[in-house]
Amino acid sequence: MKSVKIVDAKGLACPMPIVRTKKGMDELRSGEVLEVHATDKGAKNDLVAWANSTGHQLLADEEVDGVFKFWIKKG
Amino acid sequence: MMSTNFKAQLMKAKEVAKIIVNKEDLFILDVRNESDFNDWKIEGTSIEIINIPYFDLLDGVDPALERIPDGKDVLVVCAKEGSSQFIAEQLAESGRSNVFYLEGGMKSWSEYLEPVKVADLSHGGELYQFVRLGKGCLSYMVLSNGEAAIIDTNRMIDQYESFMKEKGVKLAHTIDTHLHADHISGGRALAEKYGAMYHLPPKDATEVTFEYQKLEEGNDILVGNETILVQPIYSPGHTIGSTSFIIDNQYLLSGDILFVESIGRPDLAGLAEDWVGDLRETLYSRYKDLSDELVVLPAHFGKISELGTGGLVSGRLSELYKENPGLNIQDEEEFRRTVTENLPPQPNAYQEIRQTNMGKIKPNDEEQREMEIGPNRCAVHDN
Repeated sequence: MKSVKIVDAKGLACPMPIVRTKKGMDELRSGEVLEVHATDKGAKNDLVAWANSTGHQLLADEEVDGVFKFWIKKG
Repeated sequence: MMSTNFKAQLMKAKEVAKIIVNKEDLFILDVRNESDFNDWKIEGTSIEIINIPYFDLLDGVDPALERIPDGKDVLVVCAKEGSSQFIAEQLAESGRSNVFYLEGGMKSWSEYLEPVKVADLSHGGELYQFVRLGKGCLSYMVLSNGEAAIIDTNRMIDQYESFMKEKGVKLAHTIDTHLHADHISGGRALAEKYGAMYHLPPKDATEVTFEYQKLEEGNDILVGNETILVQPIYSPGHTIGSTSFIIDNQYLLSGDILFVESIGRPDLAGLAEDWVGDLRETLYSRYKDLSDELVVLPAHFGKISELGTGGLVSGRLSELYKENPGLNIQDEEEFRRTVTENLPPQPNAYQEIRQTNMGKIKPNDEEQREMEIGPNRCAVHDN
C-alpha cells in the first residue's frame, strides 16, 4: 500500500508509538496515508481506538516477524 | 528561587491493595483505551475511577484535570506503566500534587496477592486466604507445626514462597480443587521446587502429562504432624472432578462450585448440559448434608462488595443458603437455564489455560501473563 510517510516506532513502548504516530500525522494532508511500524503488542488496539477518536481511518494492518505494520488514512 | 514543581510518584500494587481492603479514598485515572477499561479495571468500594485514554491527552491534560476532584490522591493507571507515567508527570507539572502512577500497570495489578488471615486453627495452626484483587482468584495456605499446604495456588509462586519464608514453614502439599480454566496453576511448579506433593482430582486429570497425587474422598491430607485435617469432599459441577475440602472441621473450601454471592458455571470444559445435574446435586444435596455452621471459603469472588473485613471473602453456609440466589432456585428446569444460558463471556484464553494446566502446552512467562489478563468470569452471575 502506498504511503506518504513511514513512522518507525519499533522497540518503543507505550505511549511512544502513538506519540510518534500523532506527530507524523500532523505533517500529512487529509486523505494521505501514514505507515506505522511498531513492535509493542498493545499498539494495535490503541492505534485503532486513537484513529477512531480522531477521525482517521485504519486501512490495513499486518504482522511480519514480530513487527506490526499499520496504514492509516488521515481524516 | 521558588519552585512549584510537584513530582509524580510510583505506587505499588501492594499499596493499592491496602487502600482497597482498608476502604480508603482513591481517585483513579485509567488511561487505557475504552475497550480494555470496559473489560476490566481496578475496583474497590472506596475507589472512584474514570477513563480517559492517554492518546486523548497528548495535546494537554486539561480534560483530565477538569474531572479530577481536589484534595484526593490521584493514581494514573495503564496497561504496563509507560503511558500512566507520561500522563502523571504532566498532571504533576501542571501543579497537581499527590499524583501517582501504578508500578507495572495492570499487569502487576493482575498478579498481586494480598494475604488475609482467616483464623487460628487447632493446635496453633493458621489459615490464610490470598486475595488476587485484580482477577478475583482466592487461594489458601494452611500452616501448622512448620508445614504448609496451599490450595488453588496461583501462577506467581514467588509470593507464596516469600510468605512461607517469613512464617518459617516448609511446603508439604499443593492441592487444586479442580482443573482451572481462568488462571494458570502454580501448584505443580511449587510442589516440584520443594519436593512437596501435588494433588489433583483424577477425574479432571485424565489428559494430564505429569505425575500427581489422586485427590479423592477418603484420602485425607494432613498438615503439620497430623494436627490439621484437610478432608476432600467430591463435589462435581463446575468440572467433573471438582472437589471441596473441609479444613479443621470448620472451613469449607468450595473451589469454583459455590461462591459467596453466586455459583459456579458448568460450561468451561464444553460439557455444560452434562454437568448441570452434578452441579445441582452438589449444591442442593451434598452440601446440604454438611454442617451449616461451616464457613465457606471459595476460590473466587465475583463482586468487590464480597470483600469483608481486611479483605476476607467468606460466608457461613447457613447464610449462603438464605441469601445466595444460586442456592434458591427450586425449579430444576429454571436452574438448568440459569447455569447454561446467558452466561457472562468466558474467561480470556480459557482453552489455552486448561491445556497449560494439563501440561499439554508450555507457554513462556510473558505468554502466560497475557493469557491471564482480564477478569476471571467463573461464576454464573458475575455481572
